[in-house]
Amino acid sequence: MKTFLKEHANWITTPVLFAGMLAAWHFYVVAFSVSAMILPSPFEVFNALIKILSEARTLGHVWITFYETVMGFLVALVVGVILGAMLGKIQWLERTLNPFIVALQVMPKVALVPLFIVWFGFGPTSKIIMSAVLAFFPIMSNTILGIKSVDRGHRELMVSLNASPWRTLIELELPSALPYLLTGAEIGIVLSIIGAIVGEYLGGSQGLGHMAVATMNAFDVQAMFAVIFLLTFMGFLLYFIVVSARQFITPWHAAVQNKP
Amino acid sequence: MSHPAIELKHISQTFKRDEQSVVALDNVSLSIQEKEFIVLLGASGCGKTTLLKIMAGIIEPSAGEVTIQNQALWLNQQRNNQALDQLGVVFQDANLFPWLSIEENVALPLKLKGIAKAERLDRARELCQLVGIAGFEKRWPNELSGGMRQRASIARALSCNPKILLMDEPFGALDAMTRDQMNLEVQRIWLQTQCTVVLVTHAITEAVFLADRVFLLSPRPGKIDTVIDVGLERPRDLYVQSTPDFQSAVLNLRQRLDHIAQR
Repeated sequence: MKTFLKEHANWITTPVLFAGMLAAWHFYVVAFSVSAMILPSPFEVFNALIKILSEARTLGHVWITFYETVMGFLVALVVGVILGAMLGKIQWLERTLNPFIVALQVMPKVALVPLFIVWFGFGPTSKIIMSAVLAFFPIMSNTILGIKSVDRGHRELMVSLNASPWRTLIELELPSALPYLLTGAEIGIVLSIIGAIVGEYLGGSQGLGHMAVATMNAFDVQAMFAVIFLLTFMGFLLYFIVVSARQFITPWHAAVQNKP
Repeated sequence: MSHPAIELKHISQTFKRDEQSVVALDNVSLSIQEKEFIVLLGASGCGKTTLLKIMAGIIEPSAGEVTIQNQALWLNQQRNNQALDQLGVVFQDANLFPWLSIEENVALPLKLKGIAKAERLDRARELCQLVGIAGFEKRWPNELSGGMRQRASIARALSCNPKILLMDEPFGALDAMTRDQMNLEVQRIWLQTQCTVVLVTHAITEAVFLADRVFLLSPRPGKIDTVIDVGLERPRDLYVQSTPDFQSAVLNLRQRLDHIAQR
């Protein structure tokens, strides 16, 4: 019983903390009679949430943002893993491309959104690309790290079996890099949400990012908070899916097995 | 007269380290007959592991020729598949892939050869039986003890029916009792599979217990110092260690090693 409590205490403590934060927020708004234009109370936000959820077009916005995020993430995953595998295996290629990759990373990519809109239009494509560009880097660099971290003894085994570079990649390097790759994917999914939303903020008329801007412009602060809540919830869900994938993809890894 | 299982001619190996070249092996020649059990013995850093890796085709020697079952191991700086197919290698670490079950690990060399799944897993189960880990085929490597992991790696080395088994300090990381047990097992497997074994160790008693012939290596640069025939009856049990023949062989090697160390 005691260990059960210890293991599952977070199922109580986390909601209690959450309730406490909501209470503090509510108390602050009421006690200092903060205007709803500055900070609405949690109840007002909840009511706004119910209201926007009852509107059919809200679900359309949710779907658009979800679609852009997932597509951007998948593009980043495919490109990041392929490029990461190539750069991890071929040293001269990594050395050649490294300055470009670093330059691309230090560049404030959000500034590219207007350009992407000019190139790819106001539709979802420009947001998917923004999302992919943001998510791609952590996935690629973690894949490179994973492939470089392959155990030396494992490599010698493959050499002694005369495995071709391709078979070594498939049988050894990629499985061995999976835990790293998943870490990259965990960071990547968060960034791909940000990419999609920033894209929507700055251009177009669809998605939750656009909805947040539109509600703000209409001085409907409660609704804007509700939109942010929806965004947070979606991000939470996507992140949770990616994190949970670890248990199914690398059940053999210590990060899965050594759960405290 | 059949050809030797392994033949090394004038093998030299130099490594470049910090702009300096270190001679690891200097003009080593040796010949190993089929079905022989050979132990390469020496202090750490004498080049015995390098020599084994050269036999295994993991390192290409700076000079000299390696012949496996009458076939050159290297042809135009490429590994010769026909020669490599004769070899099974057991490393110091079991080197099992943690994402594969024991049977999949054992079957890995067969998978690389393109053998169908059902067939290779059948073979893997047979081999698990042979090395004494039947019942653990579906487990993950990290669920097994060190000794059992090393058994699995021996099974993997045997999966392609090699004529020659090369073992690089396979039991160095095991405790003394498990080690004794594994030595008995290696002898049994060797007698059962009728292959040629080359085993690297720095333990004198292990060398004498296992070997038909012990090749004693001296360091800097690595070369073969002495070859000792061990004429003890097969199969040997652990009590052979108390016989005068065993003890005199151990003493002989010990004195030789001391002599090398003082040089």
